[in-house]
Amino acid sequence: MSAVRPDASKLYHRKMPATWWLTKQSYFLFMLRELSSVFVALFLVVYLCQLYQLSQGPDAYSAFTQKLSSPGWILFHLVALLFALYHSFTWFQSSAVVLPLRIGERLISRPIVTALHVGAWAIVSVVVLVLFLALKS
Amino acid sequence: MAEPTITLNVTRYRPDKDRAPTTQSYVVPYREDWVVLDALNHIKDQMDGTLSYRWSCRMGVCGSCGMMVNGTPKLTCAAFLRDYYPQEIRVEPLVNFPIIRDLVIDMTDFMDKLKSVKPWIIRKDEKPVSEGEYLQTPAELEAFHQFTQCINCMLCYAACPVYGLEPKFLGPAAIALGYRYNMDSRDQGKDQREIIGNHDGIWDCTFVGECSVVCPKHVDPAAAIQRSKVDTTKNWFQSILMPWGQR
Repeated sequence: MSAVRPDASKLYHRKMPATWWLTKQSYFLFMLRELSSVFVALFLVVYLCQLYQLSQGPDAYSAFTQKLSSPGWILFHLVALLFALYHSFTWFQSSAVVLPLRIGERLISRPIVTALHVGAWAIVSVVVLVLFLALKS
Repeated sequence: MAEPTITLNVTRYRPDKDRAPTTQSYVVPYREDWVVLDALNHIKDQMDGTLSYRWSCRMGVCGSCGMMVNGTPKLTCAAFLRDYYPQEIRVEPLVNFPIIRDLVIDMTDFMDKLKSVKPWIIRKDEKPVSEGEYLQTPAELEAFHQFTQCINCMLCYAACPVYGLEPKFLGPAAIALGYRYNMDSRDQGKDQREIIGNHDGIWDCTFVGECSVVCPKHVDPAAAIQRSKVDTTKNWFQSILMPWGQR
């Protein structure tokens, strides 16, 4: 039996407004998450350039780092850092949805899984920072 | 003392005389135990019999009365007037679907997509009834149980901006139901639901997550889609690394 279909010529199609992502907080936060990856990518490009300058000798490298200490670049890095932190946090939130964690038969709640991820991330960050400071000194 | 009232601003679209939808306001009695659907029924019965909308069970089971209430997809049988009073309430047909008339949307696209994921148990080796049921452990049941709660109300489609922008997207409920059967230990039809793993299936989803937020039955289509992405990726790698193995 085929389904009865309405007369297509009488249907009214609504268009999605270009500002749909401003109509709800959750949509806005989603767009912010998508935008955050642009800043993470831009930071990586700058970082790769920095690594390249390292291969060109100490003078080229220090000239490059000198450029990066201008207020504009510091502002860019600050914004990129904030977006990277937001991106990482949303990643851990998503991980809790994608990978449900069980202990025995008990399903661990999502906020706890996210908190465990954030905790592990904080510990690894501190270890990296300590290693960095130790190597620098 | 005058009876308290509340104003409903309802979308009207009469294809025989309107070129585009308009809004009509109705002032209805305010009762604390009324839901938006009660107010619409009052309008239909007492004020304007031409108003069209879908409803059936009035208890959040049939999934017929989904509409946009103040811009949010909701079952109108579960949206209490008291949560909005004394403010006015805007009632519109579910977004992302064409309007047939007033608050009635065309669900053909959803029905076609639902059918395409074959939401039923597919067996390669059917055993005779005399051999009894296909048994399942509680853990096997739990793997898909929440996805069986879907009532096809389409609120998740109205909440999904990806479906609004990419009408070819299979959409949250259809994928969640396909996933439900893929996860069912009695099912052997995963390879017949390849549409889920196609570009217009799970890979169109950008994980906005709003489908799971608006679901009145606490189904989690966003989780079904993301987990399907992981499964599909694992299967793909497996087929590359171990082409001789069973997928």
